[in-house]
Amino acid sequence: MDAMLFWVLATIAVTASLLVIAQRNPMYSVLLLIVSFAALSGLYVLLQAPFVAVIQIIIYAGAIMVLFLFVVMLLNIPTEEPTLERRWATGAGPRRFGAVLSAVLAAELYWAISSIQKTDLPAGVPETTVKDIGVRLFSEYSFAFELTSVLILVAMVGSIIIARKEPPRDHA
Amino acid sequence: MPDPTLNSYLMLSAVLFAIGTAGIFLRRNLITILLSIEIMLNAVNLTFVAVDRYLGATDGQIIVFFVMTVAAAEAAVGLALVIALFRHKATLSPDAFTTLKW
Repeated sequence: MDAMLFWVLATIAVTASLLVIAQRNPMYSVLLLIVSFAALSGLYVLLQAPFVAVIQIIIYAGAIMVLFLFVVMLLNIPTEEPTLERRWATGAGPRRFGAVLSAVLAAELYWAISSIQKTDLPAGVPETTVKDIGVRLFSEYSFAFELTSVLILVAMVGSIIIARKEPPRDHA
Repeated sequence: MPDPTLNSYLMLSAVLFAIGTAGIFLRRNLITILLSIEIMLNAVNLTFVAVDRYLGATDGQIIVFFVMTVAAAEAAVGLALVIALFRHKATLSPDAFTTLKW
């Protein structure tokens, strides 16, 4: 049962991710990415990490992707224009080279991972409870946790300043 | 069907990471490029959680929490940049923003 669920969810995740980068309309890309994230959330449940599964849905699918959707709708983005003047640094050649490089990356990762021995997941491991994570997060990792609040504050102020309309300049 | 091992999860994560990389190279839409970065971050998260399960630890899941925080911050700033750029040139093609390149 678990095995079949893994293969089904993995197929959904890979297909949805492929479609994300194949779509010309950014709106569909965002919606497909939510599907991919939901499949990953299912995989986290299979890996006995319910906390990560839940925050994957709430934070990723719920907050970050809604932010993306909001921007896509706000800008009323046209679908990708296939042309525009072609310069050598942005033309088809370098992009094909990039695609080849990512295929090389995939092959390299395949080669590296397939050389790992003894990879059966241990059976009968209890689920990680939210309590375990909470206790460690607020003791061992408390400094990093406090730092993230500074990071969020900086990101918030920064994005407001970057995205605001420029105030009218007086040409004196 | 074979039971998934650690390798299955790592392979899936590698495939997703490669898809994200390909998206960054191939697409010429700033929104899709940001989405590709999210795919890559999620591939890394999957690796953390899978290895966590393998080792019976919880540190990986805590790091996933931090990765998500950074991803949220990155998305907020990235989208703010996208809005500012779109307001400037009314296009989202990265080819249009080459002023800083000689």
